Amino acid sequence: MAKRIDVSGLSAYYGSHLAIEDISMTVEPRSVTAFIGPSGCGKSTFLRTLNRMHEVTPGGRVEGKVLLDDENLYGANVDPVTVRRTVGMVFQRPNPFPTMSIFDNVAAGLRLNGSYKKSELSDIVEKSLRGANLWNEVKDRLNKPGSGLSGGQQQRLCIARAIAVEPEVLLMDEPCSALDPISTLAIEDLIGELKERFTIVIVTHNMQQAARVSDRTAFFNLAAVGKPGKLIEIDETERIFSNPSVQATEDYISGRFG
Amino acid sequence: MASTTPIDKPPAPPVALKRAGTKSGRAGDKVFLGLSKGSGILLLVLMASIAVFLTYRASLAVSRNEGNFFTTFDWNPAGDPPVFGIAVLLFGTIVSSVIAMAIAVPVAVGIALFISHYAPRKLAAPLAYVVDLLAAVPSIVYGIWGALVLVPYLEGPNLWLDQFFGWTYLFEKTEVGVARSLFTVGILLAIMILPIVTSVSREVFLQVPRMNEEAALALGATRWEVIRLSVLPFGRSGVISASMLGLGRALGETMAVATVLSPSFIISGHLLNPGGGTFAQNIAAKFDEANEFGRDALIASGLVLFVLTLLVNGAARLIIARRKEYSGANA
Repeated sequence: MAKRIDVSGLSAYYGSHLAIEDISMTVEPRSVTAFIGPSGCGKSTFLRTLNRMHEVTPGGRVEGKVLLDDENLYGANVDPVTVRRTVGMVFQRPNPFPTMSIFDNVAAGLRLNGSYKKSELSDIVEKSLRGANLWNEVKDRLNKPGSGLSGGQQQRLCIARAIAVEPEVLLMDEPCSALDPISTLAIEDLIGELKERFTIVIVTHNMQQAARVSDRTAFFNLAAVGKPGKLIEIDETERIFSNPSVQATEDYISGRFG
Repeated sequence: MASTTPIDKPPAPPVALKRAGTKSGRAGDKVFLGLSKGSGILLLVLMASIAVFLTYRASLAVSRNEGNFFTTFDWNPAGDPPVFGIAVLLFGTIVSSVIAMAIAVPVAVGIALFISHYAPRKLAAPLAYVVDLLAAVPSIVYGIWGALVLVPYLEGPNLWLDQFFGWTYLFEKTEVGVARSLFTVGILLAIMILPIVTSVSREVFLQVPRMNEEAALALGATRWEVIRLSVLPFGRSGVISASMLGLGRALGETMAVATVLSPSFIISGHLLNPGGGTFAQNIAAKFDEANEFGRDALIASGLVLFVLTLLVNGAARLIIARRKEYSGANA
């Protein structure tokens, strides 16, 4: 199940523009790692390099290595499609397939991966929806469209869809930024439960959220607009928020900039 | 910003509130309201008067028709007694349009997907332009090309179809003669409606929200699976609308059909046999030499084409509305 991520010397480009430069870090299995930093510092870009989603943007390319346990995601014979089946992702705005029912949304990834019996599918869909704390709210309307749910429910539906294929790693790109406080709380609780099974990496603009949900926190920053984003430091969340080793981190956390 | 504002800043003058209600603002609204309302009413009046005119003239002809308007296989309003019927025209119009749609829609969707999702950017733009250019060719040019190039060229393929697919009845060629058949007309119409179906579909496919496609990508979908999961469901109603636009053109196409088809008043399921006719082709071929009564008869056939087009569009709207709950539009 959950795997360790080992990034070394990773840079990402948009065309000739260097977006993030020379990032190295390790993400422990079955833990939550939060990425914080001012807008434009490249934390979302970095997150998207971890499941090879960066390169689907026109002009997007990556240099460096990302090891998932011992396998380089950017190795010569690695198929990005396989990578994305292993490293799941939840986006900033809930994006269920609008034309599909709730059931089909959760089953979508499974159907891509192979053929399942109807009963197997139902079992996995129920398990995933329970895993995303959504089952009780939708069990009577599984064949209704997913786009009819509230924003918070849609985001949990997307989490159910992502965990249904049992990924090794779950990436979350500001999963709560479009949600109200109650839904945010529901997702944060869920993250706490999911880290028992998955390696989780979450990008957030909300520092309280980073402090609440994560075990380790990475702080990203950029020297100036147009300059590449860099990893400033990564440490235990408690340490980052109480006694960071770099001054810039402390300035950012205490609200002096960003 | 707030700190630079003096605390004792005077309250905004009440004039600011009143300005929205001044006469000049209202006058603009009124003029625009009048214009848009007037255009709407004008359109309705125009439609109604066309319908009334067509129905009136058609009824003059149909009431003196000695044949059955719907079942007679003949068009001789100048004869004694006057006899005319639309059966052959209805059959020819529907069959040639169905062939055109069957060929054009899959090809157009394929081209649109290629331009929007597969082709490298450098190739996509010129390709889209070339497809749009096809729409700029006048239909008489298509007709001449069809008669001079397509008809002789299709003789070989027609023989082949007859030899290997003759057992389907549809492709059995029972009459000798050049390929001035409904099948050829269908192929020509397919080429003619290809650009409109392609460019509307392409626009719809390009509008698929990025986040819908990324949802599929992040699940480990291949490019084709992204299209199947995100692009096609989102574009479905757009493709139906595009097809209806194309079908409208195919149903009403006149010059190209009139140039290619060798008209005859027979109904034959053997699509490769020369002969048949369509509403528009029949009107174009006979209008000039027809007397007053003959023209009324042609107008009656035009009215049927009008109703046919309305029905087709209505059906398309029903298909789109039935799955509205699931449509990408409310995401």
